[in-house]
Amino acid sequence: MAIKLPIYMDYHATTPLDPRVLEAMMPYLTTKFGNAASRNHSFGWEAEEAVETARKQIGDLVGANAKEIIFTSGATESNNLALKGVAEMYSERGNHIITAATEHKAILDTCKRLEKHGYRITYLPVTASGLIDLDMLRESITDRTILVSIMYANNEIGVIQPVAEIGKICKQKGVLFHCDGVQAVGKVPVNVIQDNIDLLSLSGHKLYGPKGVGALYVRRRNPRVQVTAQMDGGGHERGMRSGTLNVPGIVGLGEACALCRKEMAEESVRVGALRDKLKDRLTAQLDEVYVNGTMESRLPNNLNISFAFVEGESLLMGINDVAVSSGSACTSATLEPSYVLKALGAGDDIAHSSIRFGLGRFTTEEEVDYVAEKVVTVVRKLRELSPLYEMFKDGVDLSKVQWAAH
Amino acid sequence: MAYSNKVLDHYNNPRNVGALDRNDQQVGTGMVGAPECGDVMKLQVKVNPETGIIEDAKFKTFGCGSAIASSSLATEMLKGKTVDEALEIKNTVIVNELALPPVKIHCSVLAEDAIKAAIADYKKKNSVGNPAAAQVAQ
Repeated sequence: MAIKLPIYMDYHATTPLDPRVLEAMMPYLTTKFGNAASRNHSFGWEAEEAVETARKQIGDLVGANAKEIIFTSGATESNNLALKGVAEMYSERGNHIITAATEHKAILDTCKRLEKHGYRITYLPVTASGLIDLDMLRESITDRTILVSIMYANNEIGVIQPVAEIGKICKQKGVLFHCDGVQAVGKVPVNVIQDNIDLLSLSGHKLYGPKGVGALYVRRRNPRVQVTAQMDGGGHERGMRSGTLNVPGIVGLGEACALCRKEMAEESVRVGALRDKLKDRLTAQLDEVYVNGTMESRLPNNLNISFAFVEGESLLMGINDVAVSSGSACTSATLEPSYVLKALGAGDDIAHSSIRFGLGRFTTEEEVDYVAEKVVTVVRKLRELSPLYEMFKDGVDLSKVQWAAH
Repeated sequence: MAYSNKVLDHYNNPRNVGALDRNDQQVGTGMVGAPECGDVMKLQVKVNPETGIIEDAKFKTFGCGSAIASSSLATEMLKGKTVDEALEIKNTVIVNELALPPVKIHCSVLAEDAIKAAIADYKKKNSVGNPAAAQVAQ
């Protein structure tokens, strides 16, 4: 079978819409166009019914009640609503929030804004594995702490935090626990009851649903959690998120969740085996290759790997028929290398040399073989060009060199 | 980001990759940048002591495609120039030739720095006060 190029291996950035999801959405993009808030005619009723079905499908995937699902425009909004909404609602109880250095920008930048409004934020460091230290979390909680926000799985290195333990600690201490589940939901089992999660963010386009739709799970009992709305309007979504519901998007998100629930167990094994094959081929054929973050607790579809002495963007240029991303500064808008990899303490040079492979539902074994071979060829070529590789081969300790930094 | 055809050409077919003997009296070596900044360029020139003309130039670069292209182009430009002419090469020439976007201008600056460092190394080796140079003169 001829391989179709370019190959998409950036499933952490976004996923293609599953054709079955599109099929479920189509009527709501065409004939069933009603506003779910229209209470007095059938157009509104069928839209509302579709929304309630989706709410249940999402709840079923994460162990929540349908009534606990709030629809948003995506996970960035869900994260903003969770953090700002809790901060505002519980401001009399305290002003301290705990999060981690490797969180997504939608969390970190929201925290920075809250700091400007007088909240105190603790950014927990991570170990070289990418995991937070639970004792440090325990010690960081004070009587002024209102919220802990830790992601389920990291978007760059795929490392899965000990969420159930974090949830347990928060419950013992009487602190709310928000979890950014964007990368994990639909890929690994997530259960808000077992994991003691009070608020959970998720996104449609990361699990083969459409873009522009997401959800926030807000626990209704034990304890009942409330968030202050961050947008004023018609009081939709139990007053927590105003705005006419994106019915086709919501239907798509619901169907995507239903498919994940049905196929996740099988899919994660298949994708995990492909990821392992990719890793094994790269590490067998190249020297000085480092996996970033622990392999012990990781999404099955993630491989974040550094090819020492090769700069990430130049590697991407050489594998231009493969869509992946790099933690290299040159590929980012800010010209700063990945803060996630820096937080692992590996050094900027390792961040500059990193590539993130994200596999998924439509990745084939032929694609993995093609990508592995191509990466090996290009890394070898670039190392021929690399003064650092030459020095390494000559036995120079690069950490002891006085660089003429610019 | 889209790359210009010239950058792609230098990336796909880099000119003058390799190393010259850094202990050779005729060779000047410049190494600029740092791994944690994401680019390191090593550029070498071999100068004819009679004419002062650069007869050979080699490079190795760790860096993005534009950094590789900038240093590859620099070695092409150096060959046939005198040492003093080489010092006249400005990064803007590289920017224009490769059509580098603003975020990649630092790559051309690094290439200019690498040229200057290589020439400075050559001059230092062959300066009047240098005992090694004096020996050659004898």
